[in-house]
Amino acid sequence: MTTVPTAREGSVGTAHTRVEGREKVTGAARYAGEVRFADLAHGWFVLSTVARGRVRSVETAGVLAMPGVLTVLHHGNAPRVDTGYIGFLGVPPDPSCAVFQHDRVPHLGWPVALVVAGTSEQAREAAEALVVRYEEEPHDTVFTGERPDAYDVDGHVPAVTGKGDLEAGLTASAVVVDAEYSTPEEHHHPMEPHAATARRDGGRLEVVDSNQGAAWVAGDLARLFSLDPASVRVRSEHVGGGFGSKGIRAHQVAAVMASTVLGRPVRVVMTRRQMFSLAGHRSPTAQRIRLGADADGRLRALEHRSVSATSTVYEFVEPSASVARAMYDAAAHHTANRVVRLDVPTPTWMRAPGEAPGSFALESAFDELAEKCGVDPIELRARNEPERGPVSGLPFSDRGLLACFREGARRFGWADRDPRPGLRREGRWLLGTGTAAASFPVMARPSTAAVTAEADGTFTVRISAADIGTGARTALTLVAADALETGPDRVRVRIGDSDFGPAMIAGGSMGTRSWAWAITAAAAGLRERLAAGTGVPPQGITVRSDTSAAVDALPPKERHSYGAQFAEVAVDTGTGEVRVRRMLGVFAPGRIVNPLTARNQFVGGMVWGISMALHEEAVRDAASGGHYGADLAGYHVATHADVPDVEAHWIDDPDPDDPVGIKGIGEIGIVGAAAAVANAVWHATGVRHRDLPIRPDRVLLSGAPGV
Amino acid sequence: MAPAPSPAYSSVTLDVNGDKHTLTVDHRTTLLDALRERLDLTGTKKGCDQGQCGACTVLLDGHRAVACLQLAVAAEGRAITTVEGLADGERLHPAQQAFLDLDGYQCGYCTPGQICSAVAMIEEHAAGWPSAVTDDIRPEAGPPPLTADEIRERMSGNLCRCGAYVSIVRAVARAAAVRAESTPTTVSTRTERAPA
Repeated sequence: MTTVPTAREGSVGTAHTRVEGREKVTGAARYAGEVRFADLAHGWFVLSTVARGRVRSVETAGVLAMPGVLTVLHHGNAPRVDTGYIGFLGVPPDPSCAVFQHDRVPHLGWPVALVVAGTSEQAREAAEALVVRYEEEPHDTVFTGERPDAYDVDGHVPAVTGKGDLEAGLTASAVVVDAEYSTPEEHHHPMEPHAATARRDGGRLEVVDSNQGAAWVAGDLARLFSLDPASVRVRSEHVGGGFGSKGIRAHQVAAVMASTVLGRPVRVVMTRRQMFSLAGHRSPTAQRIRLGADADGRLRALEHRSVSATSTVYEFVEPSASVARAMYDAAAHHTANRVVRLDVPTPTWMRAPGEAPGSFALESAFDELAEKCGVDPIELRARNEPERGPVSGLPFSDRGLLACFREGARRFGWADRDPRPGLRREGRWLLGTGTAAASFPVMARPSTAAVTAEADGTFTVRISAADIGTGARTALTLVAADALETGPDRVRVRIGDSDFGPAMIAGGSMGTRSWAWAITAAAAGLRERLAAGTGVPPQGITVRSDTSAAVDALPPKERHSYGAQFAEVAVDTGTGEVRVRRMLGVFAPGRIVNPLTARNQFVGGMVWGISMALHEEAVRDAASGGHYGADLAGYHVATHADVPDVEAHWIDDPDPDDPVGIKGIGEIGIVGAAAAVANAVWHATGVRHRDLPIRPDRVLLSGAPGV
Repeated sequence: MAPAPSPAYSSVTLDVNGDKHTLTVDHRTTLLDALRERLDLTGTKKGCDQGQCGACTVLLDGHRAVACLQLAVAAEGRAITTVEGLADGERLHPAQQAFLDLDGYQCGYCTPGQICSAVAMIEEHAAGWPSAVTDDIRPEAGPPPLTADEIRERMSGNLCRCGAYVSIVRAVARAAAVRAESTPTTVSTRTERAPA
């Protein structure tokens, strides 16, 4: 028998079902709260019932006498932790994770105690029985765009940018749009609640957790508890969604404290209701946009100002005004992100932080400008394509926006559209279509990986990556297979373990790109070693990589993914209900590693856009400072019946500066999606909805003709 | 005379995936916690613990139910099927295979509930039960065409925050088609009551 060498087909770019798919459909995949521990105890949070004040007393005696109760941790007895450090992501930790350190209550739902018992039933009943007394102070949780105490703050982007004379630009403009937009408080609500189990074993700390970066959480726990980083191991094998909410949070810290005190493993799981104050959220935003343009729609002036809220304990800004910094240019171009501090939980990153609410306002305003100029919305965007970064002045790495619009318009049937609003009626329904642009920054962060050639001819990749549903485990398997010039069936990718070394988190649409880079580098080194031809010893040959130097050497450019969103809606003239009939997105997202999972992820982002446009709204009660209906019946997320056929496509768009051509696809799907829906509602009814969500009552009270 | 039973605990025998398990359970223990914490059947997920997300959907006597709203002591005598009980050995249930092949999930946490819900939903439909979007709801009309809208309506008790609904609906449709191929068509009339 002879063997003939054949050219190998690459795995990247071909559809592969998830490597852990069988475990997920059979229930065998174990998530954080499901890993067995001997002698496990259960912790249950007790949250404050006042929105501001001090804890006067925690009356533990009765509770400690209840069956099974092992301890009650609170500010009077909990171990001390250190929050004076700069964390993995280059920012100090939100002290909200550092539970039980003082008696101050900065918001309703602040952890004031952890009851630990032998079973979860015992812990829960004791937690509900625990009496906590407070010195209550007046609180302020009311968010508006007119707060005089709002101030500029730099977040992950600068607070303020500006060039040119705005007022002169507006005065000289033939057409001006001046409108205010708002988006409500929104919550991530991954289906898997945050869960962590901590075990102290001698000097070691082991945590099984659900997070977006095992090395991130391990590093923060080491700093918080002043431990040798090498003695802390965090594992996070399967993660039931994250969307930005699964970083270092109260549950891990409380579990570590309790396991330290009790000397046995302790699990802390947030309840769905507790997630409303413990898991982070997206701040409400109040945005004002002023656009000044010539009669043909070319911009002279652009101003985007946004106010968001943060807590009294940490500055987090939702930088909604930043979208235009990369999207549209004008001689006068001003953007500003401001925050106001309220007695509310600290918000955090939530899928496309800044871009999601910011694109709703900006892309709605562009639709209004198109209407006023009598220019097709797509043509308006074409006329305002910038040649360089409007704020940075840097060249664009590439810019696939108009290619996305062309392909999307063709697929959606945009050319046949009558731009006039309020004309299409089908029984009790008014019909309309809308479009919007999308962009999201393309970035990478240093990561390390190890690739091992095993003696049996297979390969093992170890990287502290997280698969929060993105398909990262599978994508990295395909990337590694190509880099090793082998088939994916010969590659085993192990992730979710901080012992594998530092790596980027699953966030910022940077995970897969950053990890693939590190794996590619390690695989290249390994192939060199194997080419030397000394054979593979029983323990295998391992090569490690660290992409710090390569990533830091990326030349400065405007790097983004782009997209064009299209939606068709039907508005019920009797009930005011808006239903999305179809949605289509075309993206310029870099090289697609796995079309099967990538399409799913784009569609998922677009579903988030539908949900944001029509359903999601966490409503705060000014009197109590907490939420109305803090559960999944009160906080609506899109379900099956809300989601029609949603199509996602992409154009060929490899990133020229990435070893695999990847850009990142986790967030671009939500950007512009809500604006496309809102613009379609205008087209259907003739009324602009500038406040999300577009609830039935808002539609009914909008004064639209025929509604 | 045997000592009086503890007022807080009872012995209960649960029939799960064809196996009988006798447990002493805290009366407060839900069926969901009994499955997960006592029987180590963690495929049934806890998403909200208050009946709003569907992640803990199991089959009770073949009908779907959320295990978080059932007390374990009340589940005695019911045939409980969890996601772990659907496959035939190594051979996946057609619904499991369809979710795997068509990527009917992302993070996977709602998936066991979606699959259990789909398995029962397909039977409810085949038995002729209408939904809120069924046009002809007369009992003699038989099962309506299992359109995407029918599937969406019938599956709406199962939230997927990743937003994988489009591929879930395709997977459910494929599983229903597999069932239809393997089951001889009979003229169905709606004689059985659907579960409340």
